[in-house]
Amino acid sequence: MAAPCVSCGKAVSYRFFLGARVSLAREQGLWKAAAAEVQTGTASQILRLRHTTVVSTKKNIAALRRETYTLDFIKKQIEEFNIGKRHLANMMGEDPETFTQEDIDRAIAYLFPSGLFEKRARPIMKHPEQIFPKQRAIQWGEDGRPFHFLFYTGKPSYYSLMHEAYGKILDVEKHQNQLRAQGLFSEKTKTKDLIGSRWLIKEELEEILVEKLSDQDYAQFIRLLERLLTLQRGGAEEEFVQRFRRSVTIQSKKQLIEPVQYDEQGMAFSRSEGRRKSAEAEAVVYAHGSGRVSVNGTDYLLYFPVTQDREQLMFPFHFLDRLGKHDVACTVSGGGRAAQAGAIRLAVARALCTLVTEEEVEWMRQGSPGQEFQQGTEGMTSLFSPMSGMPAGKTHSAGGDSKAGLWNHLEAFSFTHLVPGLSCLKGWDC
Amino acid sequence: MRERSGTPNLHELDAGHFLHTGSQAPQNLAAHLDNQVPVESPRAVSRTSESDPAKHGEQHEGQHYNIPLQDLKAVFPHGLPPRFVMQVKTFNEACLMVRKPALELLHYLKNTNFAHPAVRYVLYGEKGTGKTLSLCHIIHFCAKQDWLILHIPDAHLWVKNCRNLLQSTYNKQRLDQPLEASIWLKNFKTANERFLSQIKVQEKYVWNKRESTEKGSPLGEVVEQGITRVRNATDAVGIVLKELKRQSSSGIFHLLVAVDGVNALWGRTTLKREDKSPIAPEELALIYNLRKMVKNDWHGGAIVLTLSQTGSVFKPRKAFLPQELLGKEGFDTLDPFIPILVSNYNPKEFESCIQYYLENNWLQHEKAHTEDGKKELLFLSNTNPGQLERLCAYL
Repeated sequence: MAAPCVSCGKAVSYRFFLGARVSLAREQGLWKAAAAEVQTGTASQILRLRHTTVVSTKKNIAALRRETYTLDFIKKQIEEFNIGKRHLANMMGEDPETFTQEDIDRAIAYLFPSGLFEKRARPIMKHPEQIFPKQRAIQWGEDGRPFHFLFYTGKPSYYSLMHEAYGKILDVEKHQNQLRAQGLFSEKTKTKDLIGSRWLIKEELEEILVEKLSDQDYAQFIRLLERLLTLQRGGAEEEFVQRFRRSVTIQSKKQLIEPVQYDEQGMAFSRSEGRRKSAEAEAVVYAHGSGRVSVNGTDYLLYFPVTQDREQLMFPFHFLDRLGKHDVACTVSGGGRAAQAGAIRLAVARALCTLVTEEEVEWMRQGSPGQEFQQGTEGMTSLFSPMSGMPAGKTHSAGGDSKAGLWNHLEAFSFTHLVPGLSCLKGWDC
Repeated sequence: MRERSGTPNLHELDAGHFLHTGSQAPQNLAAHLDNQVPVESPRAVSRTSESDPAKHGEQHEGQHYNIPLQDLKAVFPHGLPPRFVMQVKTFNEACLMVRKPALELLHYLKNTNFAHPAVRYVLYGEKGTGKTLSLCHIIHFCAKQDWLILHIPDAHLWVKNCRNLLQSTYNKQRLDQPLEASIWLKNFKTANERFLSQIKVQEKYVWNKRESTEKGSPLGEVVEQGITRVRNATDAVGIVLKELKRQSSSGIFHLLVAVDGVNALWGRTTLKREDKSPIAPEELALIYNLRKMVKNDWHGGAIVLTLSQTGSVFKPRKAFLPQELLGKEGFDTLDPFIPILVSNYNPKEFESCIQYYLENNWLQHEKAHTEDGKKELLFLSNTNPGQLERLCAYL
């Protein structure tokens, strides 16, 4: 991938990391030499991180083998990133002071268009914190004595965090006892609304602490935090707990609800589209009717001779108990028979949003688990769930996000296929 | 929206009272809404005790009437749709719903003028709407009125999947279908036993060197000949048709020609000769003779025909109009005819059908008798009788 930076005329030395994690052991001197080589403005500006094993005269060879990036190295990378950011802003004609990461992403995508399907393989330019994995600094001094008092537990940061949390609990209890002694203790417990946020998952916690945890450790930690939540706590504790919660965005706010329209006879109707696989459908749902559905001009009984397809059409109405109250006229094209049925179902569900209250919209989105379906085909799929890879509705960031896979999983919790029997969104928390 | 025809006992009261309940029906419909406490038993809604089709009228619309099982065997040795036969066997009773197209046809048939040429009635409609069962209703009526029933259960069976085609002895260009013809003759005999001895043939027929039927011998002999000598079955059928046509004008009997799937007579067949050349329908002797039968150049009876896409060959699935299914040739031949559209259930008929199934404990799903369940069934079947029957079979 050639860098077109020569046009600047300057010796620009921003590096493009191909996102692959390459582990190497590098000594300072070698790095400087490499930097100097690039700064002389050779034709190929791509710096490939090479595998080299360097024998150094430092002590603690065992530690060096595990420690891949030195602090100085990281600092250098950050400096270079910042400089490179300014150069990039200059190139794009934007103001370097207010050049954000999204602008960088856009600029890179513009300068280096890539047709690769794997988003993580495309060129990225991100802050080194996000690219280089976090590592622990050397945890012992020159004399070999460790810095942290819990070093010999093997997981010092985890245990120190547990100590901290427990300390907070004790503090709060002490405070409560004092209040009780003074008689000022009030029984009311104000529980902050926890809906809309979730605990960190184990992987996230591991990342923060930069050490491996076991499932039991993680469970123990969450239990401690929950215990802290049950007590009356002040602002500081609240902040402490909030560090370990992430918000879950409410997806239905992102659903655009079309306003109701009126046609010539004054009949209220609502129109919307839906897609499934490669079928596209557009449905016009009339607010008052008798349950007649026409697809591409023909009756739905003739268009979908298979019962399963007609069940798909029935589901939105059946869910809202509005069978036989609306007329539908829809057009559909592309895909196969089941895909067309699914597309119409989605279009109808979206159209019904305008004719239905907000709570019902939210209810539809979640797909209440109590619903039984007569023929027992699909149970709890929520009405807006993309059944297979449909783009509408998902909002995770595209490309460049190296943790995309994990995060997709989390985002999807808000409109997951709910297994019958499980309630609510917090599937893994129960 | 249940018809308040009153309890079945009221039918037996005097006519004045009968009219009284009849005229009250529209008022009741308006006054009583769905949240009326159902004091009347569901039997009044879905069934009627009037088992003579001649007496069926507007007030019976939507209700099922019972056909005794012995009658069933006598009148319908063939001709009932297979799913209906299974249902009869399961429920141990045969109940047909009285519907508007059949009532209309009954009205016309009651007022037929036997001096005029036979009128052709064509029942058409989408798939599964009840054309064949309406035809069966008519046949039952005519059988009760002592007509001679000439019922071809499914003309499509004669234009596809036939084995053993023989070259006709009567006319070298045509082809015989011994199996189909003999089966039909057997059933014809069962249905019309009493007529076979009354009707006499009017000319001599020579079968082969040794056998012949004399003039004046009963028609039953011809039928016997066709059944025993399978080779001559097709010719026997042809003779039966010719004789009946000739003699129906005489007035001894009324003739009802009922053909199901009449669009098979015109169109294409799937049959091929040994040299793989396709056979046109008119080259089959059975079809040729049947075509002569449905022409309206005779009097003394009626012709009731049904179009059917279900068993048809080379016809698109969504075709149901006479023009589409008959083709130009068929349409011109049948023109003029009276078309009668058979459509899906109206809400009353739908309710009645569900009640009938519930009475027979056919719907086992716990939600089947609730309003929600009924709405679901309504949507899924779109009030199509065939679809509803198939759906209910799963419940």
